[in-house]
Amino acid sequence: MPTFVDPNACNTCEGEEQGPLCVHICPNDLMKLKGDKGFNQEPNMCSECYACVKLCPTEAIHVRGYADFIPLGAEVQPHRVELGLTWTIRFRDGEEMEFTYPSRTKPAGSSIPYDGFTEDPIADLRGQTLAGESIWLGVDSLPTFASSV
Amino acid sequence: MSGCGAAFESKYWSGDMKVVMVEKAVIERSGATGEGLSAINCYMGQRYGWNTPEDFVKYVVNDMMGLAREDLVYDVGRHVDSSVHLLEEWGLPIWKKDNGDYERIGRWQIPIHGEAIKPITAEPARKAIGQENIYERVNITHLLTDANDPQCIAGAIGFGVRENKFYVFKAKAVLITCGGASNVFRPRSINEGMGRTWYSVFSTGSAYGLMIPIGTEMTQMEHRFVPTRFKDGYGPVGMWFQYFGAKITNSKGEDYTVTREAELHKYKPYGLVVPTPTPLRNHQMFLDIKDGLGPMYMGTDKAMQKIAGDDPEKMRKVKEEAWGDFLDMTISQALTWASQDIRPEVTPSEVVLAEPYIMGSHSGESGAWVSGPEDLAPPDYFWGYNKMTTIKGLFAAGDGVGAAPHKFSSGSFTEGRLAAKAAVNFLNDNPEDSTLNDGQVTSLRDKIWAPLERFEKYKGASTAEEVNPHYLTPYQGLVRLQKIMDEYAGGTSAWYTTNKPTLERGIQLIELLREDLNKLAARDRHELMRCWEVIHRTWVGESHMRHLLYREETRWPGYYYRSDFPDLDDSKWRVFVNSRFDSETNEWELFTKPYINLIK
Repeated sequence: MPTFVDPNACNTCEGEEQGPLCVHICPNDLMKLKGDKGFNQEPNMCSECYACVKLCPTEAIHVRGYADFIPLGAEVQPHRVELGLTWTIRFRDGEEMEFTYPSRTKPAGSSIPYDGFTEDPIADLRGQTLAGESIWLGVDSLPTFASSV
Repeated sequence: MSGCGAAFESKYWSGDMKVVMVEKAVIERSGATGEGLSAINCYMGQRYGWNTPEDFVKYVVNDMMGLAREDLVYDVGRHVDSSVHLLEEWGLPIWKKDNGDYERIGRWQIPIHGEAIKPITAEPARKAIGQENIYERVNITHLLTDANDPQCIAGAIGFGVRENKFYVFKAKAVLITCGGASNVFRPRSINEGMGRTWYSVFSTGSAYGLMIPIGTEMTQMEHRFVPTRFKDGYGPVGMWFQYFGAKITNSKGEDYTVTREAELHKYKPYGLVVPTPTPLRNHQMFLDIKDGLGPMYMGTDKAMQKIAGDDPEKMRKVKEEAWGDFLDMTISQALTWASQDIRPEVTPSEVVLAEPYIMGSHSGESGAWVSGPEDLAPPDYFWGYNKMTTIKGLFAAGDGVGAAPHKFSSGSFTEGRLAAKAAVNFLNDNPEDSTLNDGQVTSLRDKIWAPLERFEKYKGASTAEEVNPHYLTPYQGLVRLQKIMDEYAGGTSAWYTTNKPTLERGIQLIELLREDLNKLAARDRHELMRCWEVIHRTWVGESHMRHLLYREETRWPGYYYRSDFPDLDDSKWRVFVNSRFDSETNEWELFTKPYINLIK
């Protein structure tokens, strides 16, 4: 069953404002509580997207690959590190590898919408330019082929 | 992506207008990009002089075998760089060369560490629109039309997936940013693996399932995308081809791009353009597979050994890049390799042609027929507001827009921004309030909840919840749909091949399914959501089959074959196929719209 929850490690996200984080985040509404533990209610609709695995504060959620085609015994497990993830890959034959990749270059929450944008929300509304393109388009003016139509 | 783009853009221009975003899951991980991405596949690099939007249009039209809306494709191309630069500003890790320029893995593709591309995109959208204006875990099932004019939008309706609530959103303008459709065709893995379709299992065809029933004009619904991917895990192959320089060979060690070169000449002029259109590359591989020359292997081993030579540091780096390609995006493929003790530097990996998908953002071009931008669109393609459908006040972006493919994540985000800005202009010009049709709302409310009531009413008729003569479960409906599509509409078991009598029979069966879907039963709101998902998917399937029947040629070999019309016929069919469903008469109207060449 693609994701599964280790009952000994699941603490139902005690103290988390949003409640159990796997239930909060699952894009396909799969995770729910069964008793007082997380539970994947519909394994054949699980994309193994790892959204819940990445978010679980106690690393209680793991993936047992699709029974259709993934032989038992291997594991791919992420561990959160600052601004990124470290992945442990365990092969069926037991060999382990580790890779770390960045998830972000800036801390979550640091974005500032419309920072420094110069377009006038009234005067530029009828034009073709999108918000912020005077800074972010990368070329001086927005291309158009109107003249050749 | 397009929804977050729309939310972000709309608040910049909309002043005092109330803008709300409604989402079936949570925006940080919803949609096809929620799992992550290892590349941005739509980037012009105008600032580096890499490409112009004109270059992009020429590439896209040829990849689609001559059919795409050049105004819409150009519009994405000219704006998309600004979106990519914003994503980087918000924290998306984009690979850089030593001189600080973006790294490239293809003409339009730049590599990223994008496992968090969706939360990075969602954050400024959430901040811009405001938490109080975001409704999450709400499943929109239908669009509402105006009481005084059914060709005008009035809002949307749905239910709370997590709460016992019924939602009616009254609106003067609605923008559809829902996904295309996975799991319409029977996938190659049918048990647990049904969740590991190539395109996200969360993409339930709602973009089309919402728009078709109210009579929105759709285009190119016969089109589909069949990806070549690593077998079963559906890991991406683009980086292997373009960045690592790997090749696919059959069991005799042959390269189909060499042995099947003559095939390209059958599909002139498109087949002779470099790069070879995606369907024709599929077609070449398909011929090998059909001739019994499989399995097909991607030579990861040869490619990695060539890059690294005897240098252990180079090998360490290429291994890190190869595994990262999957871990940032398609984690199951990494697990597939590990479970079979596949070390890509030693062992080549199987690739397959997947089941078909119907979508508008990637290499598919199904979707609504929308107005183009004022400064680009010829009169036939323009009716006032960029990305507005043929329903007044109903806009689309991303998978919902037809004939505008190759947007991918960055282009969908961009298209959401473009549509949102246009919708603000529409609202300034059309300030009058919409009028809900009370009868429509009441009738839909009853219809939406009906599967829950049906289960309660009839559950006592059988000792087995899953076997009951009074209802179908949503899963049973889904499996029926997949079987019809696979066998009659050219799925994998039919070798992607169909013909007129087969399609006509398939349409009969899908009409019966559509009747049976009025008898879906749900045990809880989770299953109620699945009921409406399979209904949306069935609209997609039926529309796809009717379009397949109408286009009497084989324009995209490698995606599908009409055995009764095996050739590409530019003299008659270099036109868009459009359709409209009439809910009053329950009939479909199909017709063509001209392809207009704008970039010479």
